[in-house]
Amino acid sequence: MASEAHPISLTVNGRPVAASVEPRRLLVDFLREDLGLIGAHIGCEQGVCGTCTVLLNGASIRSCITFAVQADGAEVSTVEGLASHGELHPLQDEFSDKQGLQCGYCTPGMLMRACEILAQNPDPTLTQVREAIASNLCRCTGYQFIAEAVLAAAARMRESKEVAS
Amino acid sequence: MTATSRAAAAPPVRDHAAERRWVGRSIRRVEDPKFLRGQGGYIADRITPGTLHAAVLRSPYAHARILRIDASRARAAPGVHAVITGQQAAELCDPMPDFGPDPARHTWRCLAADKVRYVGEGLAVAVADSRYLAEDALELIEVDYEPLPAVVDPESALADGAPLVHEALESNCAYERSFDFGEVERDFAEADVIVTDRLRWHRSGGQPLETVGAIAEYDPATGSFTIDTNTLSFTSYLFMAANTLKVPANKLDIRPVPAGGSFGSKLFANKPGVIAAMCARETGKKVAYLEDRTDNISNCDHHGSDRIYEVELAMMRDGTMRSIKIDVIDDYGAYIQFGVGHHGNALAQVTGPYTIPSVRYRVRAALTNKNQQGAYRGFGSEVNNWMLEQMVDKAARELGLDPVAVRRKNFIREFPHFIPTGNVYDSGDYDKVLDKALELAGYDHWRAEQQRLREQEGRYIGIGVISAQERSVFSATEFWFWFDEPGAPVTSTPESVTLSVDATGGITATLYSCAFWGNSPETMVAQFVAEEFDCDPYDVSVAYHGSRAGLPATGPGGSRTTVMLAGAVEGAAAKIKQKARAAAAHLLEIAPTDLEWADGGFQVRGDPQQRKALGEIAVMLHLFKHTFPEDMESGLEASKVFDHPYTTMPSADRKDLGVFYPFMGHACHIPVVEVDIETGAVTFLHYAAVHDCGTLVNPRSLAGHIVGGTAQGIGTALYEEYVYDDDGQLLSASYLDYLIPSAMEVPELAIGHVETPSPYTPHGIKGGGEGGRMMAPAAINAAVNDALAPLGVRLTELPMTPERILSALRDAGKAG
Repeated sequence: MASEAHPISLTVNGRPVAASVEPRRLLVDFLREDLGLIGAHIGCEQGVCGTCTVLLNGASIRSCITFAVQADGAEVSTVEGLASHGELHPLQDEFSDKQGLQCGYCTPGMLMRACEILAQNPDPTLTQVREAIASNLCRCTGYQFIAEAVLAAAARMRESKEVAS
Repeated sequence: MTATSRAAAAPPVRDHAAERRWVGRSIRRVEDPKFLRGQGGYIADRITPGTLHAAVLRSPYAHARILRIDASRARAAPGVHAVITGQQAAELCDPMPDFGPDPARHTWRCLAADKVRYVGEGLAVAVADSRYLAEDALELIEVDYEPLPAVVDPESALADGAPLVHEALESNCAYERSFDFGEVERDFAEADVIVTDRLRWHRSGGQPLETVGAIAEYDPATGSFTIDTNTLSFTSYLFMAANTLKVPANKLDIRPVPAGGSFGSKLFANKPGVIAAMCARETGKKVAYLEDRTDNISNCDHHGSDRIYEVELAMMRDGTMRSIKIDVIDDYGAYIQFGVGHHGNALAQVTGPYTIPSVRYRVRAALTNKNQQGAYRGFGSEVNNWMLEQMVDKAARELGLDPVAVRRKNFIREFPHFIPTGNVYDSGDYDKVLDKALELAGYDHWRAEQQRLREQEGRYIGIGVISAQERSVFSATEFWFWFDEPGAPVTSTPESVTLSVDATGGITATLYSCAFWGNSPETMVAQFVAEEFDCDPYDVSVAYHGSRAGLPATGPGGSRTTVMLAGAVEGAAAKIKQKARAAAAHLLEIAPTDLEWADGGFQVRGDPQQRKALGEIAVMLHLFKHTFPEDMESGLEASKVFDHPYTTMPSADRKDLGVFYPFMGHACHIPVVEVDIETGAVTFLHYAAVHDCGTLVNPRSLAGHIVGGTAQGIGTALYEEYVYDDDGQLLSASYLDYLIPSAMEVPELAIGHVETPSPYTPHGIKGGGEGGRMMAPAAINAAVNDALAPLGVRLTELPMTPERILSALRDAGKAG
C-alpha cells in the first residue's frame, strides 16, 4: 500500500533531478510518468524481456523491477540522451540503415544495452554481440539485423575515436 | 465449376512495368526516426495527467460459478473511482463482437458475468487514480466461487458426458463438418500405399512485447466515445463494437496509434477498448486500460492454433501423391470469436505446392476451459504446412525415396492452378526456389558432414527440407463458406487510401485501417506514391484516420497490407493524375491526350520543354479556381476503395469453395540442426530460407520479416507453449516460463529471394509478412526427425522441448 514519499536526487541524461517518490514507485514509471521520458518501455514487468533497459551508473538495469528510490544519487541514462544536437548516435543510425527494428518497442532497450556492450568491448565479434544482446528480447527482427547494426556502429565508433585521438 | 468457367472468372492479366524507380529498393523505413529516439507514441506514451487507470481482476479458476462478488471495500479504497463487476458490465454493455458459429449460445462478454471459463478471464475492473491504486483495489474485492470440473483436453471435451463450457450450447463441439474435394475414395482405392499419422501442435501465441491497450473518453454532450488503441483493424466491422457499447456506430471513433508488435494478436482486439470505454462512461473521466503481461498471456483472446491431426496420405510407390484425408480437432478455448476461419486459411493451400487431386477435410472445433484462439502469424495455415510436410517426409521414409525428389516429383508447374478446394495459385516457380535453397544451404556438403559426424564422432545432425505455401490477401468468404446458410455472407475486404496534393505539391496519404503494427505501411505507401509521382518517398506524409467516417477498410492480416495498399494508392493516383492532366491541358492549351506523365509532371508529347510539374498544377487547382472551366472543382485530392481483386463465390454444395486466397507465395527452408541425445537440446548449424512472394517492394524489409517470422517459428518448434495442467491452471503465465527465443537461439539466416510476379496485382506483388513462421516449424521438425532417423525416432508433437525429445528417445529405447 502507499506510504510516505521519499526525496531522491539523481542525474538523468546529464541533468540533475530532484523529486519525491513513494517507496514502491518503479523507476520505469518515475522516468515515464514523472519525467516524461517515454523511451523506456514496459514489456513484461518481471525483469525478463529487457524492454525497459536503462543505464544506471553506466550499467544496464531493468527499470521495471528497480524502485525509483534505488536510483537515488545515481546517474541514469536513457535513449533520449543518445542523439546529440538532433544528430543520431551511430547506433541509432545503423539500426535504421540495417533495419534493426520493426515495431520499435524493444529498440530503446536494445540501444542502451548496445551502448553498454560497446563501452565494455569496442570491437566485439558477432558471437559476442549475440551473447550480449541475448539479455533483451525482440519479437520482430530475429536479431540478425540488430547484431549487424551493432557491429557496423562499433566500427564507426572506433574510427571516430581514432580520428579524435 | 468447370476449368473453363473457373479461368473465365479471373481478373485481367496485368502488364507490369519493366523498370521501377522506388518499388524494389531497400530504402530506410520512413517510420524509424521517432522509434530510434524513443518517441514512438505508443498507447502508454499517450496517457495524459488526470487520466484514470483500470486494472482487471482475473479468475484464478479454470471453471467456476461466481456466487457472490463484494466490491464495497475496494470502492471505498483511496483513489478508487469505480469498481465494475461482470454482472454490472453485462448491463452496461452487450456481448463482444463475435463471428463464431452460434454467438447466442457461446456468449462472450468483456467481463465474465455468471461463471468464469478459464484462468485469467476478467470478472471485475477497478478504476483508480493510478495503476498502483487500481491494483490495490483488486486485492480488496471479495469473490465466492463454486469451482466446477475443468475441461482441458480437447478430445475429452468432445466425449459424451464432458462438463459443458457453455450449457446453452449443450455440447463442447462448436462446429463440425467434413468436406470432400475431388474423388477421394476413388483416389484412395487406386493408391499403392496409405501413410498415416497422428500429429499434435500445441498452442503458442504472438506475444508482442507491447500488450494491448486503450485510452477511452466519453463525451456526454454528444454521446460519443473516442478510443485510442493499438488494435484498430476491420474498420468496416467496428459498428459491432459500437453495438457492444450501445451507441450508434457514428458515435464511436476508434483511432489507431502505433503498436509495439502484433503478429496477429492485436487483430480486432476490442476487449480492452470496450472495458476502457465502459469505465470512462461510468466515471466521466478519461480511462486507460493497458493489459499487463499476465493479462496478455492469459486473457488476450489471441492464442494460436491447438490441433490434433489424424492424417492419411495416399501414395503411389513411385512417390506420386494421390489424395489426402485430414481429420483435425482444434481446441478453441472458451470462446470462438472468428469461427473456424483458421481452417479456411488451411484450405487455401491445403495441398501445398503439390498436384494432389483430392482432399477430405474434417474439422471439429472443441471448446475447453482455456483462453480463446484469435490470430497468430499464419492463422492456422502454418499448422497445415507443418502437417503436410511431416506427411510427405514420412511417406518418403516409408517408400524408401529421397524426400527432396518426392517433393519435386509432385510440384505444380502450370499456373494459374486451381487446387481441389477451388482456390487458385496465381503463379510460382517451385523448382527455382528449391534449387536456390539447396545451393544456399550447401545441401550436398551438409549431407556429407552429416554422415561423417555420425560415423566419426557419434553426433546426430539433421537436415530438414520443406517446400510450402504462403497464401496472401484473404477474401471474406473463408469466414462463412463453412455454412450452407451463413448468417452474414459478406463479400468485401477492401482497403482504402486518400491522396491529397497540397498547394505546393506535397502529397499526404491517409490510411483507414492500416495502423503501424511493426510492419511498414508508411514506407510501403511512400514507395508506391514515389513510384507514381516521381517524388522522394521521404517527402510523402502519411496520416492515419480513425474509424468514424472512415472509408471501408480491413487492415493488417493474412499478408494483405502491402498488396492492398498498392492497389489503393494506384487507384487514387490514377484519379489524381486524371484531374491533373485535364488541368495541365487547360493551362498549356492543348488536348489532354497530347500530354504524357514524365518526371513528376505532365508534358507535351514530343516537346518536353512544354510541361507543368505536379506542384505547378496543384497550386493552380487550389488557389486559382477561376482559371479553369466551371466543372473543375478546387483542390487535388482523391480516394480509392480497393476491393479484393480476385474473389469468386463458393458453390452451393461446397464442393468448390471458390477463389479466396489467390496470391500464392512459396518458400523453401533448409535448417541444419544438431540434436544432443543426452540432453534433448537442439542447436542450429546452418539455416537457409528462400522465399518467393512476387515482386519485392523493399527487399530488406521482407528479409527482416523472414528472419523475424523464422525466429517465431523456432519458438513454436522448440520452446513456446501456453501450458495448461489437468486442472486448467496456466503454468506458463510469465516470460520466465513462456520461452521466447533470444539472440542465442536464433541462428544467422542465409536468405534468398525469387521473384515470380503475380499476374493480378499491382507491380506483381504478393504478401510476404507471415512466411517465416509458416515454414520454420515444419522445417525444424523435419530436421530433428532427420537427425534422429538412425535411431528410428520421429517427433510428432510441437514444441519439441528437450523433455519431449528425451521422452521419444526413451520410448524407442534409445535414451542417451
